[in-house]
Amino acid sequence: MLEKVLSKLNERLLTFGEAIREALREEMVKDERVFVMGEDVRLRGITKALWEEFGDERIINTPIAESAFTGAGLGAAITGMRPVVYHSRCDFTLYAMDSIVNQATKWTFHTGGQFKVPLVIRVGTGGYRGSGCHHSQSLESLYMNVPGIDVVMPSTPYDAKGLLKTALMMEHPAMFFEHNQLWNLEGAVPEKEYKIPFGAADVKKEGKDVSIVTVGFMVHKALEAAKQLIEENIDVEVIDLRTLIPLDKKSIVDSVKKTGRLITIEESCKTGGVGAEVAAIVVENAFDQLKASLMRIANPDAMVPYKDLNEAYILPQVDDIVETVRKIIQ
Amino acid sequence: MSNIDRIDLIDLYRKLFLTRHYDETLRKLAEEDVWNFYHGIIGEEAVPVGVCTNLREDDYVIPVHRTQMGAMIAKGTSLEKLTAELFGRSTGHCHGVAGTHIGCAETGILGKTGILGAGLPIAVGVGLSIKLRKTDQVVAVFFGDGLSSEGNFHESLNMASIWKLPVIFVLENNLYALTTPAKEVISVENLAIRARGYDIPGVTLDGNDVVKIYNASKDAVDRARNGMGPTLIECKTYRILGHSGTGLDEDAGYRTLEEVETWRKKDPVKLFREKLLREEILSKEEAIEIEFEARIAIESAVKFALESPFPTREEVMGLSVREGVK
Repeated sequence: MLEKVLSKLNERLLTFGEAIREALREEMVKDERVFVMGEDVRLRGITKALWEEFGDERIINTPIAESAFTGAGLGAAITGMRPVVYHSRCDFTLYAMDSIVNQATKWTFHTGGQFKVPLVIRVGTGGYRGSGCHHSQSLESLYMNVPGIDVVMPSTPYDAKGLLKTALMMEHPAMFFEHNQLWNLEGAVPEKEYKIPFGAADVKKEGKDVSIVTVGFMVHKALEAAKQLIEENIDVEVIDLRTLIPLDKKSIVDSVKKTGRLITIEESCKTGGVGAEVAAIVVENAFDQLKASLMRIANPDAMVPYKDLNEAYILPQVDDIVETVRKIIQ
Repeated sequence: MSNIDRIDLIDLYRKLFLTRHYDETLRKLAEEDVWNFYHGIIGEEAVPVGVCTNLREDDYVIPVHRTQMGAMIAKGTSLEKLTAELFGRSTGHCHGVAGTHIGCAETGILGKTGILGAGLPIAVGVGLSIKLRKTDQVVAVFFGDGLSSEGNFHESLNMASIWKLPVIFVLENNLYALTTPAKEVISVENLAIRARGYDIPGVTLDGNDVVKIYNASKDAVDRARNGMGPTLIECKTYRILGHSGTGLDEDAGYRTLEEVETWRKKDPVKLFREKLLREEILSKEEAIEIEFEARIAIESAVKFALESPFPTREEVMGLSVREGVK
């Protein structure tokens, strides 16, 4: 017990952004092929310090030309480099849809495996800061529907570093979604090198009454709700998917088999979303274990409005989760 | 022509003829449903052959629909594996899953995309990769007049220019984007003028003159290799056949058979052959020998392809579904 407390005291704390920077830095030191490219990566965001350390050739400012610089990431990837392309908001990736969906995901396939695509696309994502409908979308479920690209969405500094390290060593493309509300979140990150495999969900809180399956920033909303519900003697399990592609089906099914109840939470739209996929998996694999109809909390297929108070009409809130859990328990 | 070695001139003719005869053979086989899809190159052979003959084995090419066979032949791609790929066979460069979207790592053919304009940003990335790796390779990317209207064209020329990348942009202006005349949808007559807006050299050439294309692309390749940045080469040419399939699009309503006949008289393969014979660079016997060898090579490639198996389901799925991901 004492040892546990002491080790807790000695933990090194990093913000989510610092953890990502550390993963990038470690790989940039080790591997000259790793470089970063995107809009304003030299003076803004977490890569500023990397520019100061590694210089112009490794941290490359691009014109506002999302399609071309993302396609250029692919071109560099198939000819011996390991590019990290950055879009500060997922809304901007839509200009690069062709480069991502038609090209990067398919290049290895249609060249019969001759060319590998070690391309990481870092993407800022999500709402909760009142930036309006063009700066607040959550498009992870859109990219889930495209074969050939991994979809990663960490919720903690520890996960962010470990997952990015994995992404940086792969031979195929990954989209790495970083929620804007997480960049300044602090958490323990060990100094020792580690990686987190894709397709391995993490139980962020164990519980026996309800399984909440969620991802990214929503993990924190779920944990907050779970904390409130303890007072009502409701024991919620929170499963953090960590990667949407590949998806850890086993952890989802195992948890539902234990609790018999499923709630999914996501910031993206409900129709054809993460929750829909998770629900289908549960129905396919554990239908007879369900004690109640499953429930999905998501953006109700609506635009995200300007200003945080207005956003609350649309984006999942802790109170919504608490309510839904109470309902499913009845 | 005097600045080109005799041996190189003969090499150009060999590649032109091979490309022409390969296309004619494949067209017949498409009519017989041996394979699926076809964008005939007839009339435009000089562009890829003239450019790619200047490239080294370790240089890269991103070809485009119409002229890709010429680019691959000029770059030395195996005809056997190429044909097997087009026929969807397991022995093709890409296990038969790519068809015309083929790539060939051995000869630097990075792959062709079915989305027009997508190749340009990729070429920019290849140029960036060459620059970062500090080699003296170059990359040539081919595209038509139609996709000079894509945003990618403008984004890519700008990026290649600001970073002085070793990219040769080869614009095949064959006057029509499918049925749409270039003059109807493009604001300038000569697209090479657009290079000026990005502060890079741009030239407009007779796209049926292989020597002019060879010389201009040699300059562009030299510039690129020496760190002087990209060039835009516009080749004015004409496709004799229809957009796809094996007909002439005679009923498609966008061009007349008279127009086709006018361009037939500018046949880049025939004219070059006549020129070489006239200037006694090549004897008739030598020409026939080259043509005979080309026919034999193509015949044996077709035989190899037809005798090859189709890929198994496992082979196809293995390329698209990653191990360990269910």
